[in-house]
Amino acid sequence: MHVFKLILKNTLRHKLRSFLTIVGISIAVMAFGFMRTVITAWYAGVEASAVNRMVTRHSVSFIFPLPLSYRDQIARIPGVSQVSYANWFGGVYKDASDWKNFFPRIGIDPETYIDMYPEFLVTVDELAAFQKDRNACLIGAKLAQQLNFKVGDIIPIDGDIYPGKWEFVVRGIYHGKDKSTDETQMLFQWKYLDEQVKQRQPGREGQVGWYILKVQNPSDMSIVAKIVDDMFKNSLAATKTETEKEFQQSFVSMSSAIITSMKVISFVIIGIILLVLANTIVMSARERTREYAVLKALGFSAFHIIGLIGGESMLLACSGGALGLALLFPIARGFANVFPTFFPVFNVEIITIALSVATAVVSGIIAAVFPTINTLRTKTVDGLRAIG
Amino acid sequence: MSLISIQTVSKSYWRDSLEIPVLNNISFEIPEGEFLGLMGPSGSGKTTLLNLIAGIDRPTKGAIKVSDTDITTLNESDLAKWRARHVGFIFQFYNLLPVLTAFENVELPLLLSKLSKKDRKEHVEFALKIVGLSDRIHHYPRQLSGGQEQRVAIARAIVTDPIFLVADEPTGDLDRVSAEEILKLLERLNSEFKKTIVMVTHDPRAAEKAHMLRHLDKGELS
Repeated sequence: MHVFKLILKNTLRHKLRSFLTIVGISIAVMAFGFMRTVITAWYAGVEASAVNRMVTRHSVSFIFPLPLSYRDQIARIPGVSQVSYANWFGGVYKDASDWKNFFPRIGIDPETYIDMYPEFLVTVDELAAFQKDRNACLIGAKLAQQLNFKVGDIIPIDGDIYPGKWEFVVRGIYHGKDKSTDETQMLFQWKYLDEQVKQRQPGREGQVGWYILKVQNPSDMSIVAKIVDDMFKNSLAATKTETEKEFQQSFVSMSSAIITSMKVISFVIIGIILLVLANTIVMSARERTREYAVLKALGFSAFHIIGLIGGESMLLACSGGALGLALLFPIARGFANVFPTFFPVFNVEIITIALSVATAVVSGIIAAVFPTINTLRTKTVDGLRAIG
Repeated sequence: MSLISIQTVSKSYWRDSLEIPVLNNISFEIPEGEFLGLMGPSGSGKTTLLNLIAGIDRPTKGAIKVSDTDITTLNESDLAKWRARHVGFIFQFYNLLPVLTAFENVELPLLLSKLSKKDRKEHVEFALKIVGLSDRIHHYPRQLSGGQEQRVAIARAIVTDPIFLVADEPTGDLDRVSAEEILKLLERLNSEFKKTIVMVTHDPRAAEKAHMLRHLDKGELS
């Protein structure tokens, strides 16, 4: 017999209590991991930002358009190697109340946008087909899978920002370079939008949502930003130029209250794990006061007692943690399948696993501290008199 | 030859600011191979003296030497090691771990030694054979009678071959027949295996088995 066997037998002494403790910890660890995954998913766009891309938008908000004429002026700025543009389209696909039907629809410059985003992988033929047809669109692989879109399909959209009925023909399906790439977008030709707007709402044509700038040297970004914004300072549409990461961050910050709440809740969950475990360990140690006194009388050292109590705590915490992590993956996958476009990137990251494991381990250690101290402080002769 | 030397030992407990003296300047010697019975009324300090001799409590004053080692000078860690090597404990309520079998309970003290698993097994089986429980090796305490539990506890006490045994009311929780068996076993350990035994008891029948009796009253030897 080894001491570990004694730890195991002690843990299984009250099977129902241990089982409930493990289940409690596993649910808490799973909830913690899920919260962290949601928070990570929220920041996925920020994390996936390229270091050499910048975004120029209207200084008030990106919902205000910028003139297309800015493109050539920006392209002439030293340090800017490429300029593209995009425009948020909005609209409704089928039933708006169904989350599955929500996906970003963005009008882009077909000649430059895909070059600007090398993380979007599309075949040469499909890209050529997309560039050829004015009402063509490219669909992200995840979106295509979710709504069963295929090349050649027509996607009808009811416009809201741009009223009217719109139809787009799927000419290609792009894939992400890695799993952090957003595969839930529909990209279509901005020119199609511009031509239709010219007919339907004269006066709104020739405007884009934002410009994307590729800079030769990322260290020049602040200089480029200043030049661009100074250039249009006294124009009708003043600009704000920032790194792509800052641009993405500004979207995230719109939800900062929710994210902060989730962070707070995730820490509350850690507290719950700790309380559940500490309650069990305190009860166990108190019930075994006499047994620990006997062990001390037999010559077992403080180190052994720490090992026995700490080991039991760690065994419960790690079992609960492992079960919680085992539950996290299918639940996260299930969530991602049910709401594929809600979070374009929804993966359980290594850091989330590490944090969940650390949470369980640290909880196991902390929960054992007070019962261990109490047991060690109890004199052997007093412990032998204890009624368990 | 003296194995245990108790030299002007006093022990007091504190309740808040109130000092409660339990033992007062006790001095005596316990020869090697002795079977000593400590008797006295409740609260006379018998168990306290036994705990001091066994090294699980410390005197307020005085020294206790066992084989020339003054155990009152050892720190907690060294004292724990000393107990593991030199003392066998027999308690009134057996104090077996309920989740362990008879074999595992007896094996417990050997986990502190450097013996191999095979050697531990041999030692445990031999100890259980001495107490006559070879056929109950895989039984849990709840599956044993009180007398059998106490015999497992005695096997646990002798498995490390300690130089002396301390027994605190070893028959106090047993019926007459079982108590007689335990006393015979202690006598055998003393006579056949030359174990020095210090036994606290209220029971006159148990006291009869001791070769040497010391009476405590109000913390003093009488």
